[in-house]
Amino acid sequence: MRVMAQMGMVMNLDKCIGCHTCSVTCKQAWTNRAGTEYVWFNNVETRPGQGYPRRYEDQEKWQGGWALNKRGKLVLKAGGRVSKMLGLFASPVQPELKDYYEPWTYDYKTLIDAPLGDDFPVARPKSLITGKDTKITWSANWDDDLGGSPEMGHLDPIIEKLRRESEDTIKLEFEKTFMFYLPRICEHCLNPSCMASCPSGAIYKRVEDGIVLVDQDKCRGWRQCVTGCPYKKMYFNHKTGKAEKCTFCYPRIEVGLPTVCSETCVGRLRYLGLFLYDADKVTEAASVTDPQELYDAQMDVLLDPHDPAVMAAARAQGIQDDWIDAAQRSPVYALAKVYKVALPLHPEYRTMPMVWYVPPLSPVVDLLKEQGHDAEDYGNLFGAIDALRIPVEYLAELFTAGDADRVTAVLKKLAAMRSYMRGISLGNDPDDAIPAAVGMEGQEMYEMYRLMAIAKYEERYVIPQAHMEQAHDLEEMGCSLDFDGGPGMQDSPFGEASGKPVPVAIETFNALRDRQTSDSVAGEQSLRGRVNLLNWDGNGAPQGLFPEKRDEPQMSADSPAHGGGRAGPSPDAAGPSASSSGASGNPADNAPGAIAREE
Amino acid sequence: MDILLWGVLPYVMMVVLVGGLIWRYRYDQFGWTTRSSQLYESKLLRIGSPVFHFGLLAVIAGHFFGLVIPMSWTKAVGMSQEFYHFNALFVGSVAGVGTLGGILLLIYRRRTTGPVFMATTRNDKLMYVVLTAAIVFGLWTTLASVFLGGEGHNYRETVSPWFRSLFIFQPDIAAMATAPFAFHLHTLVGMLLFTIWPFTRLVHAFTAPLHYLFRPYIVYRSRDKGRIAGRVVAAPVRRGWSAVGTRDRDTRNK
Ligand code: HEM
Ligand code: SF4
Ligand code: SF4
Repeated sequence: MRVMAQMGMVMNLDKCIGCHTCSVTCKQAWTNRAGTEYVWFNNVETRPGQGYPRRYEDQEKWQGGWALNKRGKLVLKAGGRVSKMLGLFASPVQPELKDYYEPWTYDYKTLIDAPLGDDFPVARPKSLITGKDTKITWSANWDDDLGGSPEMGHLDPIIEKLRRESEDTIKLEFEKTFMFYLPRICEHCLNPSCMASCPSGAIYKRVEDGIVLVDQDKCRGWRQCVTGCPYKKMYFNHKTGKAEKCTFCYPRIEVGLPTVCSETCVGRLRYLGLFLYDADKVTEAASVTDPQELYDAQMDVLLDPHDPAVMAAARAQGIQDDWIDAAQRSPVYALAKVYKVALPLHPEYRTMPMVWYVPPLSPVVDLLKEQGHDAEDYGNLFGAIDALRIPVEYLAELFTAGDADRVTAVLKKLAAMRSYMRGISLGNDPDDAIPAAVGMEGQEMYEMYRLMAIAKYEERYVIPQAHMEQAHDLEEMGCSLDFDGGPGMQDSPFGEASGKPVPVAIETFNALRDRQTSDSVAGEQSLRGRVNLLNWDGNGAPQGLFPEKRDEPQMSADSPAHGGGRAGPSPDAAGPSASSSGASGNPADNAPGAIAREE
Repeated sequence: MDILLWGVLPYVMMVVLVGGLIWRYRYDQFGWTTRSSQLYESKLLRIGSPVFHFGLLAVIAGHFFGLVIPMSWTKAVGMSQEFYHFNALFVGSVAGVGTLGGILLLIYRRRTTGPVFMATTRNDKLMYVVLTAAIVFGLWTTLASVFLGGEGHNYRETVSPWFRSLFIFQPDIAAMATAPFAFHLHTLVGMLLFTIWPFTRLVHAFTAPLHYLFRPYIVYRSRDKGRIAGRVVAAPVRRGWSAVGTRDRDTRNK
């Protein structure tokens, strides 16, 4: 037994109101930079729906995750090592920008600059990729709230599959629409296929807390991880040429703070805590033959932190007592393994995802209410769960590799909890027949209710701090010492995306400080010609917001705030280094005030 | 002049190439990437890039045969000059034309696909010029080696001995000086290419991830330098990955 600790997350989908606050705050913190405009480490998708990137669940197309080969051995679905190497020159399966969406902004300036006239000025959408006028045709959540589902509903890979399997029934029953939101982040898998796909070995799992990160220095931009991740949570930063992903906000986790997406969640539906797992068992568990048994296999890998044998083994592996204690109080362990109401997303991808979901009862409740039934009565609810095949089968495709019984069992637990607590809050005696109907004790059900409904901050987020003796190596913090005062102006001959990567937090901090303390266009001074979208307040267009234009004058050139300002190094101007050839030449290159020179 | 071109320049190039690579590897890991543009455009790239790269690998193999292996060796194994030349011409042209076609397609794509062109730096443009020139002149030498002056030029008696002599620091300048102009030009452009190599995106070729074939699939790293999963290890681990020795991962993937 090799005990390792893993930070995990549980999301209770019944509470998600689809407000996208998590997506926005995460973006502000992590992907508000040129090159990651289209990237959402956290996105909230409406189900049924195509998701982001579009139809990412269609693994026959995208080839993500693992599969068993003929001999029952676990292999990457996209192919073995040799075939991956042969496909390196142009990745055979790679999402393009149009599968995500073309990011854009608006030329807000016309709103205030437009001359007085009869027409209302309009801010036109501008592509952040080409800088040209663009037509917005898709985004990360274009089909939010089932928008366009009459035409596009069938494009959801799960709906497609369910329809294929039972042609007519669905067409009829699908009329009774149901809907819920699914917030998604990187799963910080125990058996990550992104990592296995990386030719450079740049992606790693931290021994201490299981967080999966990309070493920005080691990544060479082969993009095999993008193919490898079945959840498409590996993104390619097209400015730096490196892969980026959700960091589980490790700088926060290390000091005991919840992730940004959890902290800012309006519905308080996220839980954070530790799992202890047996690293020696992972591959075996991910290799079980029947996909529907992957859930059980995954459960077996998770260890009981109260078991003395586990505790002893954990100590022997160097896991400190406060971490073991945190694992015992872990809300995610309780929801996933004790109450068994949290399920992994798409276990059939065999990556052993560590972000879990309590499936939503609300589609059932809503339908009952609509039909005028008492949606708090567990008899009604149980009946409805059994009768409403479509939502249940849909959830089963998401969370249990199609095992409807398992989802039914979870939904019944939630239904029972609902009725049981209604009885109590009406002042009736607790009706222990209700928990018994789902195989639980009254007390146990009450505790589950407490955790799911009223748990306080400290109970929802049980995050042991990283140990001080490791502090010298806490990556982001360690770096920040080097970056005392920020990245400064250390320009490198290879342009923005070279040299030492600046920690995102530092970059964002500097950008904000700039904006708050200067009158000029944001990003001029300290960002080495790179744009932080966060600090752009519509005050002109900072250098590098749009790629340099070749044939027309730069839009920003006439902005009053910009006139006479020094042109920062252009975003992609990695001129040949002087040492590399005698042909560097044109003195105008270095002339001050050269704004967006034409080539 | 010959001394400068064929005696000094090659060493200058080597110093810049090796020194530049080391310097960039130490200083600019973050900038060391293919800077893929597949996110913007995939169709043309999926044709152009493999044709170019595979062609190029064949060309590199061809250079190895032509330059490194002495003529006496191929003679010794009974390979006639005619047979060698036919091979060189046939395989060399196929590979060369493939490479050239590939890079022309890639350049066409770069110029015509808006976002890809915008992501093209001046550095890239210079690199493309030199690289294309090297390929074009290279093809010319292939032809010259067969058709020049009626029966072709045997570069294995001029260029190749010079090339090998460079490595024992006794450059055979005279041999190289007698080679025809086409060979001189190709060699010079080639040296220019290697000189700018470390400073362009071409560095990606030096980190071709061959170790992928051997490393374990799952990579663990410890935040703590002196510790891997609770075991205290003697040598400090670099802030890098290490096998932690889980039974299934490290043993299975042998
Ligand atoms: C053998 C190891 C090599 C590998 C694995 C490799 C791989 C790659 C990859 C993945 C790209 C990015 C394509 C994209 O998605 O945009 C690329 C681009 C490129 N490579 Fe290589 N490469 C290798 C060797 C070389 C060599 C030896 C050269 C030249 C002498 C070269 C020249 C180029 C050029 C010019 C591009 C840019 C293509 C374009 O986008 O226009 N590569 N390479
Ligand atoms: S979900 Fe995260 S850890 Fe899992 S394969 Fe994708 S990127 Fe890797
Ligand atoms: S954990 Fe942090 S990086 Fe990951 S999705 Fe949440 S806020 Fe974003």
